[in-house]
Parts: sequence; structure tokens; C-alpha cells
Amino acid sequence: MMADTRAPAERPLSPHLQIYRPMLTMMMSIVHRITGFGLYFGTLILAWWLIAAASGPNAYAKFEWFAGSLIGRLILFGYTWALIHHMLGGIRHLIWDTGRGFGPSEREWLAAANLIGSIAITLVLWLVGLLAMGGPR
Amino acid sequence: MNAPKHMRTPLARVLGRGAAKSGTGHFWHQRLTAVANIPLTIAVVIILITLLGRNQAAAAQILGSPTVAIIMLLFIGSITAHMKIGMQVIIEDYVHDESAKLTLLMANTFFTVAVGLAAAFGILKLSFGV
Repeated sequence: MMADTRAPAERPLSPHLQIYRPMLTMMMSIVHRITGFGLYFGTLILAWWLIAAASGPNAYAKFEWFAGSLIGRLILFGYTWALIHHMLGGIRHLIWDTGRGFGPSEREWLAAANLIGSIAITLVLWLVGLLAMGGPR
Repeated sequence: MNAPKHMRTPLARVLGRGAAKSGTGHFWHQRLTAVANIPLTIAVVIILITLLGRNQAAAAQILGSPTVAIIMLLFIGSITAHMKIGMQVIIEDYVHDESAKLTLLMANTFFTVAVGLAAAFGILKLSFGV
């Protein structure tokens, strides 16, 4: 018979995330996208703050109440870390754009520096910030 | 007789814009705004720390001063442009339904322009004091 219907060929699918063992470089890539996503919406807080400052003492007091509350502080702490992490990750991408930093040890080192650097800088900024406000309240 | 080496027209090859019709413009603007964001973010973080714990009148005065206002405006312009480009890539990666994708791409532009304009308006109002 010439007119036999053939089953669709069993072609391999390209492997995706769940195939691979999690690696630091992979996790940093995912975190870079997640922090970018978070920062996108976090910009609403920046706009709120600036409009509050432009609107007057009452509007500014409302923002300060939010920023000083526990949930507000948690959000702003997370925002700070996301900002620094995304910035350091971006610098890593700019290094890669020059063709450097792709070696096995280099990329591991850069990924670790990205993570450790982001945590360290965030903690230093908050320490400086809390001291500027006259100590933890 | 030479067989054509390319399926693309000579014009398409000269323009070098590819399937997306925008060439490397997207990539380039991602990098351009990324580079601009680094010094601007550092400057804004310093401004923010100096403003901590100050009341509205003091914050308004500092934010409205020319140097600080110009830095803030550059920062807002650069980050919102970067936000639009970055979110566009996320939408294009994960949303495959054509109408949902177009709706979200539109919403992305609306959001980034609105947030950018709102933040810039706050700064301008403080600067011009009206």
C-alpha cells in the first residue's frame, strides 16, 4: 500500500529548565529577570513618593507612614536588594558584551560576586540609611 | 548563470533589519539605558539617603533644586525606557496567544509612560513651585 498514514515522527524536543541540575549561573540569570520584573512595579513606589512630596505635608505623611511600617520596610528592603542585584547583574551582562567573562571559573566567580555583592551592598545601604535617620526606630 | 545566494532581497540585506523589522535597535537601547542607569542609580541612591528622615518641606526643597531635579528626571526617563524594553522581552517570551500578547505589549507601553510621566511631573512641580 502506498497510501499508508505515518505517525508523526518522534522528534526530540529542545531541553528546558527542568532538565538541568540547578547551577548558580542559571539561578542568577533567572533572578535577574525576576528582579527586573519586581523593579518594574516597584517604580510605582518611586512615583508615589515624588507625587507625595510635590503634593504637600499631608500626602507626604501618608507615604512616610507606609515607608515606616513593617510591610513598607520589607518592600523597600526587597526593592533595594532587587535594584542592586539587577544593577550588578547588568554590569555582568555588559562585561559579557565585550566578549570577556565566559570562562568556566570566571562565570562562576561573577555569579557568586553578583549574589554576595548585592546582599553586602544592600545591608551597607540600609545601615547607612538607618544611621542617617538617627538609628533604628 | 549564478544561482542567487540569498533568499532575501538586496534591499533587505542592506538595511539589515531582520525578521523583527527593527534590526539591533532593541538590543542597543537595552544596553544604552543599562549603561545610563548605573551612574544615575548611584546618584539617586545618594540623594535618597540624604533625604531620609527629612520632612516634606526639606525634601521638596532638595528634590526641586536644579541639579537634583535634572538627575531625577534623567533617572526616570532612563529607567522607564529600560522597563519598557525589558518587560517587552518577558511578554514575548511567555505570552504566545497573539491577542493577549498585543494587549500586554500595549499595557506595557501605557504603564511605563504613565509611571514615568507621573514621577517626572512630581519633580517638575517641585522645581517650578506651582
